[in-house]
Amino acid sequence: MKTLIRELLFPLIAVLAAFVIGGLIVLAIGENPFTVYRLMLSSAFGLFDALGNFTWDNWGYTLFYATPLIFTGLAVALGFKCGLLNIGAEGQLVMGAFAAAWVGITFARLPGFVLLPLAMIAAMLAGAAWGAIPGLLKARFGSHEVINTIMLNFIAAGLVSYLTQSRYKAVGDPIMETVPISDHAHIARFSTLLSPFGIHFPNRIPLNLAFLLALAACFLVWVFLWKTKWGYEIRAVGMSPSAAEYGGINVKRQIVLAMALSGGLAGMVGISEVLGYRYRYYHDFSPGYGFTGIAVALLGRNHPVGIILAAILFGALIRGGLFVDIFTDNVSKDLVQVLQGIIILFVAMEMLFRKGLGRFIPALTNAGARKGA
Amino acid sequence: MSGKFSTIFNYTLIASTIRLSTPLILAALGGLYSERSGVINIALEGMMLAGAFTAAAVTVFAHSSFVGVLAAVLAGLLVASLHALATVRYRADQVVSGTAINMLFLGVPALLSGALFESTGATRQLSKDEVLPDVMIFSPENSPVLASIFNQKLMVYLSFVVVAATLYVLYRTRFGLRLRAVGENPEAADTAGVNVQRMRWAGVLISGALAALGGAYLAIGQSSQFTRNMTAGRGFIALAALIFGKWHPVGAMLACLLFGFAEAVSIRMQGTVNIPNQFILMIPYVLTMVMLAGLIRRADPPTALGVAYAKE
Repeated sequence: MKTLIRELLFPLIAVLAAFVIGGLIVLAIGENPFTVYRLMLSSAFGLFDALGNFTWDNWGYTLFYATPLIFTGLAVALGFKCGLLNIGAEGQLVMGAFAAAWVGITFARLPGFVLLPLAMIAAMLAGAAWGAIPGLLKARFGSHEVINTIMLNFIAAGLVSYLTQSRYKAVGDPIMETVPISDHAHIARFSTLLSPFGIHFPNRIPLNLAFLLALAACFLVWVFLWKTKWGYEIRAVGMSPSAAEYGGINVKRQIVLAMALSGGLAGMVGISEVLGYRYRYYHDFSPGYGFTGIAVALLGRNHPVGIILAAILFGALIRGGLFVDIFTDNVSKDLVQVLQGIIILFVAMEMLFRKGLGRFIPALTNAGARKGA
Repeated sequence: MSGKFSTIFNYTLIASTIRLSTPLILAALGGLYSERSGVINIALEGMMLAGAFTAAAVTVFAHSSFVGVLAAVLAGLLVASLHALATVRYRADQVVSGTAINMLFLGVPALLSGALFESTGATRQLSKDEVLPDVMIFSPENSPVLASIFNQKLMVYLSFVVVAATLYVLYRTRFGLRLRAVGENPEAADTAGVNVQRMRWAGVLISGALAALGGAYLAIGQSSQFTRNMTAGRGFIALAALIFGKWHPVGAMLACLLFGFAEAVSIRMQGTVNIPNQFILMIPYVLTMVMLAGLIRRADPPTALGVAYAKE
């Protein structure tokens, strides 16, 4: 119980501190921070619209934005557990999304029960392949995964933009996007999933089956990391590669495995975005989900449950940011970027809090330093 | 073919290579000071953005590009002190801190420009005499070729001066020796009486100032305003150049010139040649990965790069 409080308290303080600083910036810009935050919260979590009628919109969109963040948060956390910092989730999800669209376009004639699983697997495999590259380079040549994943983010963006532009764009389409995928490759939205239960969930809200897949992925990652031999070996490598090696674990194989799985999870973002929302690959679809995934993993303490909570928080920020952008004169949705940055910075500076606040809140002091990075 | 060839490869290509390399050289040399002291700096992008925005915004209000550049350097120092505070003082993970700073300064300049200039994240466009002036060495009438190559912004010349100065500082001064020692073996440096923390603070601060100068050049030298995310990954290309140049000032400069050349060629090739632009823009990233893998032989980073140092 004491551990749980400790684990929850620290991220909470980091978030609150970020909101205070963000509030000061808002104040400096000349808006009332309380109005801005109230608008953010109500548009992200409010159950009633302006007329007082019940609405699914706010929660629906918040969870929709949380879906890719659960995938990328899991991806980054799985890397962390193996002592790897995967800042390439952005490139991996771009590859995954494009692969899903490619299957949905190329094999459009296939029936849904074949095409849909195929498109999903393609998203995972493309992400996994893109993640495996820095894993292999690290295992084979010892080159640092951080630099390689950064480089691969840019290479993925260039590659996919080339493919879209040269082969899969509709003639005359000014937007960098592919033609639509086959109708058979659409996954169900919540409107369809909930209608058998007599619940009316508006179809315009793009929350879809991928959200449930994300929750399932959380459970599977938990099982994998804490209940299987391979998961144990990955964590052992993360704690101490030399000790793991001495204990007979194939460190190189675990590094490649962890990076591939991490990339596969990031690639699953394509399932929600392409198969459940836009029904095509659109080049600028990600507002940096891969990078926000780092914030999600850090704030969620690399634990699946923490990741779900943190993903919902950041999903709410994206949703709330859009409203702040529209309904205030001076504050743009860039505030969300700022809050994210401050939150990560505070979480990274854990020592500051433990030393500074430890005097007042003893629960903070005796937790170990963050492992993995 | 020869027609196409000569529209791409002519003397103006040299001029534009130099112009496009300048911000890269400044940022890469900045990164060099930080990384040689043992602190990974993937925050170059954020530092450049902070410098670009500050230069443009301050120039609007101060009506002086010189004041704008000065303010940009201060902004760079401020952002760098965040990175140093997190990584040197509080031993935060250097990559995580860098990522946070990049996110933060993707947001802050856009947020402030939006509020200050009632725009969607850009500053007011500066007039021709508000931006950085060209240094007039050759008369454009008498010698157009030499003029187009050598009549550049002062910052272009400054970037090459920085390379020479860094070469001297790093290998010929006590400060440079200590900086490198702290990045290679902090324990030994500490035993020898070097203040590891202070050297690392210095390395990170210098990197902020130089990266911000690079950003300032982008905003009020190459362009005439700050626009959202105007660095477009140049901080990462600078980082790539630093690695490709094996953490050596001259190597990093040559890598920047190569990457600047690639960018210049890709701009010219748009619409003329059938090699996709995207592939040319990928060159820096691919080369860096190949280099890191040791396929063009050894790129050894400073030994203590990325390792926080706690004095016991």
